[in-house]
Amino acid sequence: MLDSTESIYKGIKNAGINFIVSVPCVNLKKLLEKINNDSEITHVPVTREEEGLGICAGAYLAGKKIAILMQNSGLGNSINALTSLYELYSFPLIMIISHRGTKGEPIIGQVPMGKATPNLFEGLGIDYKRIEKIEKAEKAVSESWKKSESLKKPIALLFDINYW
Amino acid sequence: MERYDAIKEIAKNLTDELVIANIGFPSRELYEIKDRAENFYMLGSMGLASSIGLGLGLSQDKKVIVLDGDGSILMNLGSLVTIFNQNPSNFILIALDNSAYGSTGNQETYCKNTDLLKIAKSIGFKKAFNFKDIDFKEILSEDIEEPIFIHFKINPGNADVGIIDLTPDKIKNRFKEIVNK
Ligand SMILES: Cc1ncc(C[n+]2csc(CCOP(=O)(O)OP(=O)(O)O)c2C)c(N)n1
Repeated sequence: MLDSTESIYKGIKNAGINFIVSVPCVNLKKLLEKINNDSEITHVPVTREEEGLGICAGAYLAGKKIAILMQNSGLGNSINALTSLYELYSFPLIMIISHRGTKGEPIIGQVPMGKATPNLFEGLGIDYKRIEKIEKAEKAVSESWKKSESLKKPIALLFDINYW
Repeated sequence: MERYDAIKEIAKNLTDELVIANIGFPSRELYEIKDRAENFYMLGSMGLASSIGLGLGLSQDKKVIVLDGDGSILMNLGSLVTIFNQNPSNFILIALDNSAYGSTGNQETYCKNTDLLKIAKSIGFKKAFNFKDIDFKEILSEDIEEPIFIHFKINPGNADVGIIDLTPDKIKNRFKEIVNK
């Protein structure tokens, strides 16, 4: 049986991602543990997603393949970095996002940002993919870095609440 | 002393260090004083200069110097916590503290009453200094081992310098090239 965490992790490895910043989401718990134990990946837990995007940008300038792991609420903490840093300098980035607040969300506090998330990506002009099925995950993540590098902008992968 | 002379004082000691320069006048003044491929002029994203410097420091061996402003440090105060905990061994953060949002017209910041050096020390930085108490040249020539926080108290004031006539792509590409050489 395919495992939700394992599928994303394999994709990360296939893509060659070797520098990751994160703010936790309960759905990312196992993935964060795997990444923390992977000696090929530098993992930097951050205090705020925007800060993490700054750190990733510095790592990219030194040749790293960069990603952020976060909850979609963190997108709200990232907007200015995505525009005034990533768009301005045409930096690539993989955003692996636990998308809360969609259908079936038990916590009401997640709902407003859950709804706003796709619209925010539309407004930012950032390509995003919603992933609900485990079978789709590994391929989507594996391909993401090359795609982001050729587009010269971030790519977001939204892992739905029903994915996990 | 105003920011321009402070940056001049810093820049005269530079050799191959990588410099991340804060948004607005700090970048413009550095560009005028000593433009070099090793300078990354951060033209947007106020607050993130120290974070960019941290990511860079953790990913390669050259020394990284961040020229930050007090207002920008206040905007991303968590960065100091992350820097201390990640403990990069090639990282110097210089807080050019004019206790003002200089680039937007010198509106006062809370650094008028709140001491950034005390904050850095209480976060855990063992190497946290006043610029006037150190020999900066000597610091640059030594092995660093742990992150350094330097508090450079200055007076508000922007020099009469032009804007940076390099595209963001140009700034990025020549910087990337020299970092990865
Ligand atoms: C998110 C954001 N808020 C506000 C601004 C406007 N702004 C540009 S520079 C600046 C002041 C920065 O002050 P400081 O970091 O103390 O540096 P100084 O210019 O005094 O050297 C401000 C408020 C901005 N560019 N981005």
